[in-house]
Amino acid sequence: MVIATLAFYLFAGVALAAALMVTLSRNPVHAVLWLILTFFSAAGLFVLMGAEFIAMLLVIVYVGAVMVLFLFVVMMMDVDFAELKSGMSKYARIGTLLGLIMLVELLLVIGAWSTAGLAPEMRAAVAPTPDDVENTVALGQLIYTRYVYLFQASGLILLVAMIGAIVLTMRHRPDIKRQDIVEQIYRDADKAVEMVDVKPGQGI
Amino acid sequence: MSIGLEHYLTVAAILFVIGIFGIFLNRKNIIVILMSIELMLLAVNINMVAFSVHLGDLVGQIFTLFILTVAAAEAAIGLAILVVFFRNRGTIDVEDVNVMKG
Repeated sequence: MVIATLAFYLFAGVALAAALMVTLSRNPVHAVLWLILTFFSAAGLFVLMGAEFIAMLLVIVYVGAVMVLFLFVVMMMDVDFAELKSGMSKYARIGTLLGLIMLVELLLVIGAWSTAGLAPEMRAAVAPTPDDVENTVALGQLIYTRYVYLFQASGLILLVAMIGAIVLTMRHRPDIKRQDIVEQIYRDADKAVEMVDVKPGQGI
Repeated sequence: MSIGLEHYLTVAAILFVIGIFGIFLNRKNIIVILMSIELMLLAVNINMVAFSVHLGDLVGQIFTLFILTVAAAEAAIGLAILVVFFRNRGTIDVEDVNVMKG
């Protein structure tokens, strides 16, 4: 129990410190690296809660794919990031003020909540956590049966996002030669090879 | 003392506020704004999973999966728009995004 408590404070502290460094770091590459650390720590928190599948999803999908995408974009763009940081101190004060107000409000909500008398019946679990199987199996049994249409819809969202990203970033440059398959197929020897009768000593 | 629901909710709340703070602080750099949005979505995910475990209901974790999907799609589209914008204008300053005079 003590180990779990210590692990919670370790992961939570690292996650929050890294998240703060994401917003404060001057170099966007460092910001992405801090964000990766945040997601790793959050995955640790998920493991502590017993949601192993979501934790692994966070590490594989987020750290493995989305953050690498961020890293690629940040590194491939030649932007003067120092200039973008110039107005930072101007917004720091109002940002801190609003952040503190919101934090106090949220913590007040968390610190003093109670459930209504009717709540236990109303919040009866839609999909109770089964005791005999582990987290991933239980999630799979739900996703592929009751939530299969939502699962397909999320796949469709990813497909649309993929097509959208490709359409947005693809450009046809006229100075680059592209393969024209139809023209290649309809090429014939008469047009491809031209016989030139070269006179001696003259050249073409 | 043992770790309960409130601990996770507190972490998620602080993470969410850090995300908002990041948007305020980096008002010009759209990449960091996108990263702050990712932080806020992560806070929401922590809330979802914490309540899911607390109530013994797996639907919260399934919804987290869908949030992750939408967040990944959003990041991909956002970065694609960012790349196209940078290619056309040569800057990623949010204050220069005024072509549509919105």
